[in-house]
Amino acid sequence: MSNGFSKSSVGRKILMALSGFFLLLFLFQHFIINLLSIISADAFNNVSFFMGTNPIVQFAIQPILLFAVVFHLIMGITLELKNKSARPIQYAMNKPSENSSWMSRNMAITGIMVLLFLGLHFYDFWIPEIKTKFIEGNMSGLNEGGEFRFHEELVHKFTDPIRVGLYILAFLFLSLHLMHGFQSAFQSVGFNHRKYTPIIKKLGNLYAIIIPLGFIIIALVHFFNH
Amino acid sequence: MNLTLKVWRQKNAKAKGALETYKLNDVSEHSSFLEMLDMLNEQLINEGNEPVAFDHDCREGICGMCSLYINGEAHGPDRAVTTCQLHMRMFKDGDTIYIEPWRAKALPVIKDLIVDRSALERIQHAGGYISVNTSGNTQDANAIPIRKSDADKAMDAASCIGCGACVATCKNSSAMLFVAAKVSQFSYLPQGQVERKERVLNMVHQMDKEGFGNCTNTGACEVECPKGISLEFIARMNREYFGASIVAEN
Repeated sequence: MSNGFSKSSVGRKILMALSGFFLLLFLFQHFIINLLSIISADAFNNVSFFMGTNPIVQFAIQPILLFAVVFHLIMGITLELKNKSARPIQYAMNKPSENSSWMSRNMAITGIMVLLFLGLHFYDFWIPEIKTKFIEGNMSGLNEGGEFRFHEELVHKFTDPIRVGLYILAFLFLSLHLMHGFQSAFQSVGFNHRKYTPIIKKLGNLYAIIIPLGFIIIALVHFFNH
Repeated sequence: MNLTLKVWRQKNAKAKGALETYKLNDVSEHSSFLEMLDMLNEQLINEGNEPVAFDHDCREGICGMCSLYINGEAHGPDRAVTTCQLHMRMFKDGDTIYIEPWRAKALPVIKDLIVDRSALERIQHAGGYISVNTSGNTQDANAIPIRKSDADKAMDAASCIGCGACVATCKNSSAMLFVAAKVSQFSYLPQGQVERKERVLNMVHQMDKEGFGNCTNTGACEVECPKGISLEFIARMNREYFGASIVAEN
């Protein structure tokens, strides 16, 4: 591999896309597990216990995920700053909407909104989870009543209307981010084909609508069931 | 038609420029945009003022000299045309038209509406060429079989005139459409294979060195490109770059 790859514009673009692909896959599996929470509390508990205790998930995939999130964030900010500095004097009259979508031009804004939500999400779920398992050493996945705690914890978080509101808002931003990100990642890794690219764009729009909307619906189902 | 023009005036590369407002009357809708600027310059000269400096040469859309960011778009509101091919019928009587130079750190203003595009030339020098034996036994290019679809794509890429509209219109001032076209045109042809890997590495390296921004796939360049250069070529350059990076020994 060339020394300059990770420092070059094209190399960084490819790395940005690869981390994006990983996050797209992660989001999909997260969605499927969340979906279980409205279908069967038992199934959700079992899968959560597996994901929370399986050593491959915990010590191989989870660090990769954390790395991908941090990498995507830092590289995104680095590129955004470089891009801003490439045009020191702005146009007095500019019509970017004539040639590009709002989503494609505002990935940094939508990305930062998703990041802010991740802060809340970590505070709600990930940090307590790490605390219970690795600081208090309780790997049982059980509550004080001796039952699996995962479904109960999830439902509890969705009783607060403000939290549900923030959750919905964050997924709207995520949807905007994915509308460009999904198809853009394919272009970045060099996949552009007259026959397949239109299909990828359609798939990307479907993914960007269905997955965030699904997360929102799941949250609302828990909110109104409570 | 009668127009109000807001034109960027800047004495030289170091001076601080500003938009100046000019009134120009009786412009024919059949005239080209550059003819309209010629009228403005005649008016300025007759008034004893300095005419507006702008780049132009062939005035038939093939040389790549004309530029101009007109009313917020590179080469103006029409599609697949250069500024010299833009006609005043695209505007209405009473319109206010903003005329600005390309804006990018890598393409600094020399005077008024003229920018220094030698950064694009330096990228070409870094790899936009092929080595040909000129000792007298050069093989006739027509004798080398090339797939028709490859020849067509090479021609599509080669239609880039290097005007810099892609850089001007990109929110990141990225030159990737230009570089992708120049990398791709040779990559499809047998004559381009010898330097294929070094070409993409060197041209991308030079592009980064010149201070252009990074591509974020907004697709604005493809829309504003007067020659309709496709984003497919950027994807191709990305593939070329990845492949060349993997096997590079340094």
